[in-house]
Amino acid sequence: MRDVAIASFAQTKYVRNQVELTEVDMIIPVIGDAISRSGIPKSEIGFYCHGSSDYMAGQSFAFVGAVDALGAFPPIAESHVEMDGAWALYEAWVKIQCGEVDSALVFGFGRASMGKLRETMNLQLDPYTLGPLGIDSISLAALQARALIDAGKTSERQMAEIAIRNRRVAKDNPNAQVTGDFEVEKLLAEPTIVSPLRKHDCPPISDGISAVVLAAGNHIGRGESKPVFIRGIDHRLDSHQLGGRDLTRSPSTKLAGERAGVHDGPVEFAELHAPFSHQEVILREALGLGDEVVINPSGGALAANPMMTAGLTRIGEAATHIAAGKAGRGVAHATSGPCLQQNLICVLEGE
Amino acid sequence: MPERCAVIGVGQTHHTAKRIDVSQAGLLREAALRALEDAGCQWSDIDAVVIGKAPDMFEGVMMPELFLAEALGCVGKPMFRVHTAGSVGGTTAIVASQLVKSGVHGRVLTVAYEKQSESNAMWALSIKIPFRQAIVAGAGGYFAPLIRGYMQRSKAPEDVGIRVALKDRQNALKNPYAHLKFPDIDFDQVANSPMLWDPIRYLETCPSSDGACALVIADEKHAAKAPKQPAWIQATAMRSEPTQFAGRDTVNPQASRDAADELWKKAEITNPREEIDCCEIYVPFSWFEPMWMESLRFAEEGSGWKMTYEGATALDGDLPVNMSGGVLSSNPIGASGMLRFAEAANQVRGEAGEHQVPGAKRALGHAYGGGSQFFSMWVVAQDPL
Amino acid sequence: MSDKEPVKSIITPTRTEYTYTPGPSAQRSLRALARGKLVGEICPSCNQVYYPPSGACARCGVATRDEVEVADKGTVTTYAIVRVPSENIDLELPYCTAHILLDGADIPFFGLIQECEWDAVRIGMRVEAVWKPESEWGLNAENIRYFRPTGEPDVPFEQFKEHL
Ligand SMILES: [Zn+2]
Repeated sequence: MRDVAIASFAQTKYVRNQVELTEVDMIIPVIGDAISRSGIPKSEIGFYCHGSSDYMAGQSFAFVGAVDALGAFPPIAESHVEMDGAWALYEAWVKIQCGEVDSALVFGFGRASMGKLRETMNLQLDPYTLGPLGIDSISLAALQARALIDAGKTSERQMAEIAIRNRRVAKDNPNAQVTGDFEVEKLLAEPTIVSPLRKHDCPPISDGISAVVLAAGNHIGRGESKPVFIRGIDHRLDSHQLGGRDLTRSPSTKLAGERAGVHDGPVEFAELHAPFSHQEVILREALGLGDEVVINPSGGALAANPMMTAGLTRIGEAATHIAAGKAGRGVAHATSGPCLQQNLICVLEGE
Repeated sequence: MPERCAVIGVGQTHHTAKRIDVSQAGLLREAALRALEDAGCQWSDIDAVVIGKAPDMFEGVMMPELFLAEALGCVGKPMFRVHTAGSVGGTTAIVASQLVKSGVHGRVLTVAYEKQSESNAMWALSIKIPFRQAIVAGAGGYFAPLIRGYMQRSKAPEDVGIRVALKDRQNALKNPYAHLKFPDIDFDQVANSPMLWDPIRYLETCPSSDGACALVIADEKHAAKAPKQPAWIQATAMRSEPTQFAGRDTVNPQASRDAADELWKKAEITNPREEIDCCEIYVPFSWFEPMWMESLRFAEEGSGWKMTYEGATALDGDLPVNMSGGVLSSNPIGASGMLRFAEAANQVRGEAGEHQVPGAKRALGHAYGGGSQFFSMWVVAQDPL
Repeated sequence: MSDKEPVKSIITPTRTEYTYTPGPSAQRSLRALARGKLVGEICPSCNQVYYPPSGACARCGVATRDEVEVADKGTVTTYAIVRVPSENIDLELPYCTAHILLDGADIPFFGLIQECEWDAVRIGMRVEAVWKPESEWGLNAENIRYFRPTGEPDVPFEQFKEHL
């Protein structure tokens, strides 16, 4: 496999409701920032790929408008995944492995504020058996949290502590949406939204965009910050039928982690795409991450959860952490589907 | 070193307006099982699955690949979802081929589909966005002015579109999977069919279909063991440009020309008209045949229509185009691009049945989408490059 | 159950609501339209004028900023006569949609042509906007009811063939 590095990362500040701007208005400065920090002239970027969802925008072919932000004339080699931007990064990584290009711009965007997220996510379920039940995304996560508590693997207190830790460290993340110091007793005194989940266990609804430039060959090392190498990347998926799997475990994360070589070296930290507090527990176990591993130096998805790019943001934040010299090797994770159905693992390392 | 890769299995469903006899999963499995059988493979032989389809609102399910995972044997495997508008079937096949070419996987199953009968495609395409004027009547309303622009530029005779439609509809009679079949079709029937979006007539227009297409793509090691002739993927190309910008050539977009130039260069082809034996190209409205013939460098600018007129693109012509009946005869939107890629593969495998071009050794598969702005293409051949 | 028909399909109605944002550029343009003006925007990189403005020049991938008024008159660069109904369009059939290159703009936009026989519509024809009465103007593109021929001489195809 070719060495592929994350040359740069850029993102918006995440907010509850970006009503002022269009998607294109939001994308132009972010990708401009990512490209200029990469040190690779735009004319030399070999491939573009982005992740988004028509249902987030409430419009068929919504992704087409994003091409308007790319300055795609002369025409560009470009593709789109109806997945989180982390998978757009995967497609670009594969393209680079083919030897066809030496650099790529990937991005993801979502404006969950346009629709009603809990209802929209219901449309992601099996349309014959699960969807018609009317179950929403928080209720699904609550089923998983309950199963985890019943299995003795977590508690409402531990979940609150996870939320507190993520939002405390997010105070240092200028792009985070929900940050601050919270007290466990006060949080536990709050009512549940869907038992056992309280507000603090759930992610915020976020509007935002993030972008990464990948580099290979002699494009590596031209950027503002030190290149961070993708040492392994893999993604796997579990059953969609919630009754068909043990919700307290994530076999697809475990398998993707093994295939990506998570433990081929020391894991100093992990950026886990765990939108709900209890999911951090499941992911830690699946990846075999001990207490010594720092989880979510950025504050994770509990601090900002831009749909369709929260996974790519984890990869970008992990790369930024390494490029800043705060760690030498770490793991980034992205998820998709109800109750962590699909998972991607990316192992990152500095020079 | 990139791996050589080949199509070793092809499968498709019968295409029709409403496949109410099967679920979405059933539709995909029908195509996938045919492709697996054709490739001599079991589900367990497949390393990864790539799904392509057009807008999720056509079926009313957001990211439906997630619920289709089990039906396609994906649990514990990588599954990937592509969406690049009408070109998606082609792009999906290219993404699948690159999973093999890169050396990441040895055998990949790729499936593209549309099952519009489960939602309401008209609704999905016509959601009224506030502040914007809604006067463009669907794809026909969008493309009709571009076709008129071509007619004006090329000074082509007015019956070129009728001739293309007649040819494709006659070819469809030889394709057991085709959706639209008019057994006694003739020139007058096409010419006298109602104008929908003048200058586009009803019989010059594609249908809306339910249907799926699947391919098994393998590396050299696995292709060597395939039961049938592999279709070696010699070259692929993709290009995109924005829908609208000042000075855009919407009739013969530069993204199309650039993609074709890259494709021929990668396939080491200097004279496509001589070196390609047949083409399956994305022609949703009949006039796009001459338009793409020019854009793909098979004909000089302004003279693509002469190929149709002289019978060059007929099944027995020197460059047969859309031997299967094309998009005009079957249009499961998300799968339409992959069907072009699949039919090209079947031609060089000698597996195209009644619409086989005798001795076809090298073929073009082509798809486009959006406002003539997304292009994907491949060249497949009996031998690797 | 054995004497009943098997269940072959179910219908699950769904409803989702969305809030759309026009963005600053379209907002400025809509406000101008409510005053009877067509205001486009110039690309700072290639100097082309976009109407209606989307906020970006897609060719260059840069934000457009400076406003410029364009005429409510222009040239038909190509067109279609629509004879089939569409779910979202409330127009009597047939009707003519045209690409109209407004004087002062560098990109055509979709407009309706009326007050003209369908077989008299042609590429190169000069047209002008027919506005609703001023009292009915609002923040939307429908302030212009349609375009009609001006009777001026046609513009030769060569002059706009790059702007179809
Ligand atoms: Zn410009």
